[in-house]
Amino acid sequence: MRAVGLSDSRTVGLLGAVVVALLSVSQTVRLSSQDTTRGKTVYVKWCAGCHGEDGKGDGPAAAYMLPRPRDFTGAVYQIRTTANGQLPTDADLMRSIDDGLFGTAMPGWKGRLSDAERRDVLAYLKTFSSFFADTTQRPVALAFGREPGSDARVGRQFYDSIGCRKCHGDQGRGDGPSAPTLKDDAGFPIFAADLAQSWRFNGGGDVAAIYRRLRTGLDGTPMPSFSDLIDQKFLTADELWHLAQYVRSLSPTRPPELRDVIHAPAARGALPAAPDDSAWNRVEPSWFPLVGQVIHKSRWFTPAIAGVWVQALHDGRALALRITWDDRSQSPDSAWRPFTQRVLASVAGDDSTPPAAALWPDQLIVQFPTKVPEGMERPYFLMGATTQPVYQWRWTSALRTSGRAVAGLARGIERFDSLPAGSAPAAQAVYDHGQWRLVLTRALATPDTADDLQFRTGRAIPVAFFGQDGSNGEFGTRMAVSTWYFLALDQPTPPRVFVTPVVAIAVTLGLGLVLVRRAQQRGTRA
Amino acid sequence: MRALGMMAVAVAGVVGLAAAGRSSQAGGTVAGKVRFTGAKPLMAKIDMSDESVCKAKYTAPPTEETVVVNANGTLANVFVYVKAGLPADYAAPAPAEDVVLDQNGCRYHPHVLGIRVGQKLAIKNSDGLLHNIKAMGKQNRPFNVSQPTSMTTERVFTAPEVMVPLECNVHGWMHAYLGVLPHSFFAVTGTDGSFSLKGLPPGTYTIEAWHEKYGTQVATVTVTAGGAKTQDFTFTAR
Repeated sequence: MRAVGLSDSRTVGLLGAVVVALLSVSQTVRLSSQDTTRGKTVYVKWCAGCHGEDGKGDGPAAAYMLPRPRDFTGAVYQIRTTANGQLPTDADLMRSIDDGLFGTAMPGWKGRLSDAERRDVLAYLKTFSSFFADTTQRPVALAFGREPGSDARVGRQFYDSIGCRKCHGDQGRGDGPSAPTLKDDAGFPIFAADLAQSWRFNGGGDVAAIYRRLRTGLDGTPMPSFSDLIDQKFLTADELWHLAQYVRSLSPTRPPELRDVIHAPAARGALPAAPDDSAWNRVEPSWFPLVGQVIHKSRWFTPAIAGVWVQALHDGRALALRITWDDRSQSPDSAWRPFTQRVLASVAGDDSTPPAAALWPDQLIVQFPTKVPEGMERPYFLMGATTQPVYQWRWTSALRTSGRAVAGLARGIERFDSLPAGSAPAAQAVYDHGQWRLVLTRALATPDTADDLQFRTGRAIPVAFFGQDGSNGEFGTRMAVSTWYFLALDQPTPPRVFVTPVVAIAVTLGLGLVLVRRAQQRGTRA
Repeated sequence: MRALGMMAVAVAGVVGLAAAGRSSQAGGTVAGKVRFTGAKPLMAKIDMSDESVCKAKYTAPPTEETVVVNANGTLANVFVYVKAGLPADYAAPAPAEDVVLDQNGCRYHPHVLGIRVGQKLAIKNSDGLLHNIKAMGKQNRPFNVSQPTSMTTERVFTAPEVMVPLECNVHGWMHAYLGVLPHSFFAVTGTDGSFSLKGLPPGTYTIEAWHEKYGTQVATVTVTAGGAKTQDFTFTAR
């Protein structure tokens, strides 16, 4: 769980944040000795870079993050065990400090700060709001009861009847009709959670955590509380539990594990060129997280695509890659244009003025070296370099009807030379309820051996992925990137593998018979 | 249930009459109009095509209500209230009846409203489709409640605050503004742009007029026992 959390896209924001924070804090914060409490010392050193010296959530790194760091002055917290609108308990705050908030830049501090330091900083951050000073208000955790036996079917009924799909979409991928209009309390654009990625839920992804969020709401966000519906007998607590069970069922049983190698088995029969061909159900998918491109200007700190699922098959002549990723919008989509503008206006970048929103498409790039390397050396992962280009397949939603992606050589992030259409891979894509499924197919060997990568079986071929959600303002260098991984095309099983054992058995049997016969003949003579 | 409601209304009526009786003897009145000058801004049409139930409630396409200029050149939805000047020990019980905020046709009715600290706000869903009602006060604790069906949710505000923004996130165009006050000297301008604050104890008051787009204006008014003062406000297009 932690491993995946750390490779989350927003974590790049965190890395930048911590660096910026440490630099600027050491320069700007001068404390007089008399007002320094222990909690404040910890806060200034570790928290102020994002949350701001005055706890307003406006530290130097904050402008690079969506969602923004918590503004402590309002004492409005998303992850609580208390009723909607109530202050959190100390235990609630400590849980968020200890474990961090998945899917955001907030890391867990248990192990990084001592127990005493975390207690002190908790006490200090409560001083930012007068609500905590009101001792007549004692936050009390709700009684959540016990989870009943699972019934995701009933859960789905309530998913429909209480209108979850309005924001989260029919299949839960955050693509509902109201999704493009969502804002948090401070007016920043906010995504409806992709319910198929429970490992990124900021309050935890198990059924009990989901149930608590349904009861308490996520204060400060558009996510309301459903507790009143139990009070008013619209549904029972058990039915709300079933809804939590249904939501949990939308994600994999376990968080995806990062593997280095995609295995492409040899296909029995024709390669499936269509994204929804049932042959793909028998191929193990591998998950690769993507993070914001924060190396080259303009950098991008808030990518929308959390990662890609990749499957591969080959038949000795051609390779088929199926790439599946969640994307809340089928860009370009004019309904999302105001959202695009709000994202660009909210996230600090390298441009002095935010770029104007346009109707950008979605894009997916698969990258290989130009040749299968002999050793471990690979070109620069971020689109190669002038001296050592990389071979790429570029697919965009704008090309969707053409049935092709573009093949070409990238020589750094800003230079892409496309190759003649003849060597471009075939591309078939479907967009289905917040998810793209794309199949790219190309012959293993091509006539242009100088420019096109020639695929070979039995070798580890470096591969990397880049993704863009146009409606999230991602265009040009504003993208989500992966590092190098490997694609291995399994050796097709040669016919002798099946013949040899049969021959061996026959020979052994024959020899045995001969031996027995001879022994019998000797016995007869004697 | 209904009988109880009737009784509550009757009791409230008696209390209200008593208060009015007292104020007519000693209280003064501040009344006036809120005028609007300049070009009347065009309000965007609201696309309700995703919500056929709401769309069917309109004959002409509904528009946003950020600026509503009346036929007589006055401005509607201005919250006019006594901001300062009441005696420190001034106290009057909050009315017993609820203040009702209705969600009908995927709009709030009224768009701007006032309430007393401690008085119940009854948030009614007359559309029978999913709304969430979210309050984003700074002095009051926030709330965000789901209403997937025809139902009423009650909430109370504990601290004076002008204004508490209310919104629905399912329908991004739905906004309302709630003024929470420790007294009843407030009014919201309607279709004729007028307001009247009655029963004010003699004294000098800061009267503020608040508008969601044009901000606030203040005036200082001295009220005598039984006297009536006229105080107009003017907001200019920008």
